[in-house]
Amino acid sequence: MSLDPQRHLAQQIQKIPRSGIRDFFELVIGRDDVISLGVGEPDFSSPWHIREAAIYSLERGETSYTSNLGLLSLREAIAGYVSETFELRYDAKSEILITVGVSEAIDLAFRALLNPGDEVIYHEPCYVSYNPSIALAYGVPVAVATKPENDFSLKAADVAAAITPKTRALMLNFPTNPTGAVIDRAELEAIAKLAVEHDIVVLSDEIYSELRYEGTDHTSIATFPGMKERTIFLHGFSKAFAMTGFRVGYACAPQALMEAMMKIHQYSMLCAPITSQVAAVEALRHGAGPAEEMRQAYAHRRNLLLSRFAEAGIPCFAPGGAFYAFPDIRATGMTSQDFARQLLDEESVACVPGDAFGPSGEGFLRCCYAASTDSLREAMTRIGRFYEKHVS
Amino acid sequence: MNQLLELLQKNARQTDAEIAELLGRETADVTTELAALEKDGTIMGYTAILDQERYAPSKTTAMIEVRLTPERGGGFDRLANRIASFPQVKSCFLMSGAYDLLVIVEGDDIREIARFVTETLSTMNGILSTATHFQLKTYKANGLLQSVPSERERLPVSP
Repeated sequence: MSLDPQRHLAQQIQKIPRSGIRDFFELVIGRDDVISLGVGEPDFSSPWHIREAAIYSLERGETSYTSNLGLLSLREAIAGYVSETFELRYDAKSEILITVGVSEAIDLAFRALLNPGDEVIYHEPCYVSYNPSIALAYGVPVAVATKPENDFSLKAADVAAAITPKTRALMLNFPTNPTGAVIDRAELEAIAKLAVEHDIVVLSDEIYSELRYEGTDHTSIATFPGMKERTIFLHGFSKAFAMTGFRVGYACAPQALMEAMMKIHQYSMLCAPITSQVAAVEALRHGAGPAEEMRQAYAHRRNLLLSRFAEAGIPCFAPGGAFYAFPDIRATGMTSQDFARQLLDEESVACVPGDAFGPSGEGFLRCCYAASTDSLREAMTRIGRFYEKHVS
Repeated sequence: MNQLLELLQKNARQTDAEIAELLGRETADVTTELAALEKDGTIMGYTAILDQERYAPSKTTAMIEVRLTPERGGGFDRLANRIASFPQVKSCFLMSGAYDLLVIVEGDDIREIARFVTETLSTMNGILSTATHFQLKTYKANGLLQSVPSERERLPVSP
């Protein structure tokens, strides 16, 4: 007799749908002829000096647990980096927690903050984990759609309209995965005022903040008056330093919030892997040059992609950050799913359908340009051909 | 840094149009700048990078340390230029430290290089001594690793 999921699986888990990315992944996996613009990570390996530091750490036998908070040397390096880069000052001993990627930090934050039924506002289309992470913490996800006419940036007025007495937290991610959108300072300041006025905690996932183009500015919401004490600043090493597989991120927050997150982290994760933490220290100490070289390469590829979209007549706004373009395929009359599936069948190019990042991504496609220029050129030729055939 | 030159150094066979596309510039603009860089000698030439072990496995390279007598007025320049002018000399540098010139020589085999050192180089007036080191194996040349260790797998679709 087989197990009855209805009876044996938690209701909370049963309510959460499978990730749309996983469905699409299964279509692509096993085909070796595919050019993929479907990834969400750098195409570079971690710079050699970082890999070498990890190897040396293993040679020295550094294979033990670290403090639950993470290596003090890493927390100190992070305090310095965050202060220099974001003008935010956190105490390395009590306000910084090293996590297994930003994903863990997001989970910790929601579990630390939410009581059943508390609402969390997030902007959409967005990274696939926000909605389920809120739901897994028994919160109520409240999506605010960002709009194509605003280049998928968030408007304070839309946030204001979503606030209710039950709103406990606001989740932000600029530059945004999957759109590459950024937010301007004035709008962010207006959102900060709302957070203060309504006593809302803000989670700010700034994982893509180093990857900005054409002089786009970046301000952390935590820098506005009254914000540092209510912001959980989230960052990590995956994108800027090409360290996705090392799985190391961090949260910076006021001590009281950090204490609460620590209670969960120490029992569930204990600590992030020591090898990854040592590699992260190296990234902060000597990684600025290689990181800038990678950013430069993304900048070139972004130019390539945008010029090819323009040539093919596919509308696409110029994304200010991350390494994604989010072209508008509505003129074909196809759904994102149909477009992506047929593009895969007919032209062997994988792009992720926009609705995998929430219903407001419908009619769009996420194209990651963290790929070689040769692959990008070939992929864009094929996408252009496909679009022309299907556009009405 | 000049981004145009950095791109060219990675791949000099890219067309002007391709470079323009990466830099977000006009093709004509790139063509004009390249012509100017060629004219003023910043770009000295374009060449293919070969894997010598595939292309000419018997070809031999040696690094020769040369000590020489500096001359009044010209220092090392006259003699260094004389040595550098031999076609088998691929590079020639004035060095600090225990010797004066580092001369990198290529030959079809060891004998050819030996002949160059014993019959030509060491017999020149002003050469005090030479020490020849033959290259045994290449791990990295021209910024390129010779054997890339592994093909890494990346998921075709990830969040």
